[in-house]
Amino acid sequence: MTAAERPLLSVERLQTHFHTRAGVVKAVDGVDLTLRRGEILGLVGESGSGKSITGFSILGLIDPPGRISGGRIGFDGRDLVTLPEAERRRLRGKDIAMIFQDPSMTLNPVLRIDTQMIEAVQAHEKISRQAALRRARDVLVAVGIPSPDERLQAYPFELSGGMRQRIAIAIAMINRPRLIIADEPTTALDVSIQGQIIHEVKALCRQTGTALIWITHDLAVVAGLADRIAVMYAGRVVETGTTAEVIRNPQHPYTQGLIASVPSRETRGHRLYQIPGMTPSLLNLPPGCAFSARCAHATETCRTAPELTETGAGRAFRCWHPVGDRR
Amino acid sequence: MLVFVINRLLQSVIVLLVMSVLVFVGIFLIGDPTAMLVSPEATDLERQMVREALGLDRSMLVQYLSFMGNALQGDFGRSFLTGQPALQLILERMPATFELVIVAMGFAVLMGVPLGMLAGMRPEAPSSRAIMALSIFGFSLPTFWIGLMLIMVFAVQLGLLPASGRGPTVEVGPLKLSLLTLQGWYHVALPALTLGLAKAALLIRVTRAATREVLPMDYIKFARAKGLPARRIFGVHLLKNIMIPILTVSGLEFGQAIAFAVVTESVFSWPGMGKLLIDSIITLDRPVVVAYVLIMVFFLVILNLVVDLLYMAIDPSSREKVRD
Repeated sequence: MTAAERPLLSVERLQTHFHTRAGVVKAVDGVDLTLRRGEILGLVGESGSGKSITGFSILGLIDPPGRISGGRIGFDGRDLVTLPEAERRRLRGKDIAMIFQDPSMTLNPVLRIDTQMIEAVQAHEKISRQAALRRARDVLVAVGIPSPDERLQAYPFELSGGMRQRIAIAIAMINRPRLIIADEPTTALDVSIQGQIIHEVKALCRQTGTALIWITHDLAVVAGLADRIAVMYAGRVVETGTTAEVIRNPQHPYTQGLIASVPSRETRGHRLYQIPGMTPSLLNLPPGCAFSARCAHATETCRTAPELTETGAGRAFRCWHPVGDRR
Repeated sequence: MLVFVINRLLQSVIVLLVMSVLVFVGIFLIGDPTAMLVSPEATDLERQMVREALGLDRSMLVQYLSFMGNALQGDFGRSFLTGQPALQLILERMPATFELVIVAMGFAVLMGVPLGMLAGMRPEAPSSRAIMALSIFGFSLPTFWIGLMLIMVFAVQLGLLPASGRGPTVEVGPLKLSLLTLQGWYHVALPALTLGLAKAALLIRVTRAATREVLPMDYIKFARAKGLPARRIFGVHLLKNIMIPILTVSGLEFGQAIAFAVVTESVFSWPGMGKLLIDSIITLDRPVVVAYVLIMVFFLVILNLVVDLLYMAIDPSSREKVRD
């Protein structure tokens, strides 16, 4: 495989476990993901499905008691799991950047915006303060921030939530990374700003050829954004495929449930569909399909874990009783 | 900003007034100082003459008003015992106490903050547990005992450091300073260590608590996600955020130490203000006690103002509140 064909990111059987007093919490338990250069992947799941932990694992920011206990994270031909911490630090913010959920918490409250942007550049390059500042200004303009010079002089508390998230996005993009991991970056924002930001991030990624993993619990958000979707449930990817295929023809009952619970024109006036039950505790998860307890199609077979069924290039699911059309 | 400073100074005037009344009434209630000033064989007439000479025969209100009248002109009265102006007595001793406390606080901050950060970064590590155990000793052992032990080891047995006095002084204007000589540093070492140990122990705990609070914050994780080196994350992103509680405690402890370094000063015969205060209280030397308390109140008010100004330098959002 040449470098051009090789996927940018290939996560294989990733396991991230938290060793707590109550037992081992298998937050991520055998996740597989593949991402090509410039591709946008929507990573969808409920809270506690392990989607954020997957993101942090790729970045190497899992803190004790958590630990990556198995699998590999191939990034541009290197395995991030076995990479020494010094090398990983050089990748963070340079080749792989991250945008966090709550913009009111991600910027340091006692440092000015320019300080926080310049340091992000200078951590990876020998570059003068002036040159770093110029680059900071350019990125602020690129993410659509009016009067960037004033914003650079400001402290985070002087800016609105939407503005702060734009600045966090600008910081993520400042070193032109090859991959950005966005962890529900619009959840804490007004709906009107949500739309703008999704649109801008998509445009910027397309423009710069940056690959993007957009983590969200909201299938509607990624429907218009992502090239491909991976649905996570209880620490595993249960279904993956192109956005169109997953949404039009879901195979896993859980995906089907998620789609049914998105409000649309057809469901107007009707009660919204709700997946019965709740996410299982990740502590001492029973063997077999984790969704079986909430699944209308569950049978005895579901007591053993379903293997990955691949039905085409990049299209796969983990279910004994797929619900969609089999073509 | 200027309005804020002026406001605070006006407030301090009120505090000073209230304190002067409290101290004056308090010391009036303690008793008649003439008994300490005349010989036990003195006749009632002689006692009466002393009372009249010192103005103690007048009513409390008259005494207070005449004291305040003079104080506003910078005259805090003369010591009953020596006849020297009370203010001069106190100011003469002040540099010694300041030198001792500044060295002690410097030691406390340089020890306490890094150790507290270490303990906060890895709370489960054996080294962190050791630091915390030591800090409990640090502030639960009585100061005088630590002082005596230090004297025994470093002055008596090893003979490395002097156990009393502040050594030769250098005159800088009206001030007599000993820290400008090497001998001065030798002399200040043991008393400053004694005074600073408990404060270092306290700062370790404060810093650790603040570190543990700040480290799980998203902005620390975001700083790591930017790929910043550890030096920058801990030295800037963490340190600047834990400065507020550290500054608060350091300020309080600094004021405490200046006003009440009595124990340490006594153990090491340090010629500071604390020793003067104790002697004056024992002899009921009213002018010195009242002047001392008022000067300390003024100093503490100024110290708090400085701490508040430093808050603003560190925390930009507190600046905003003042502007309104």
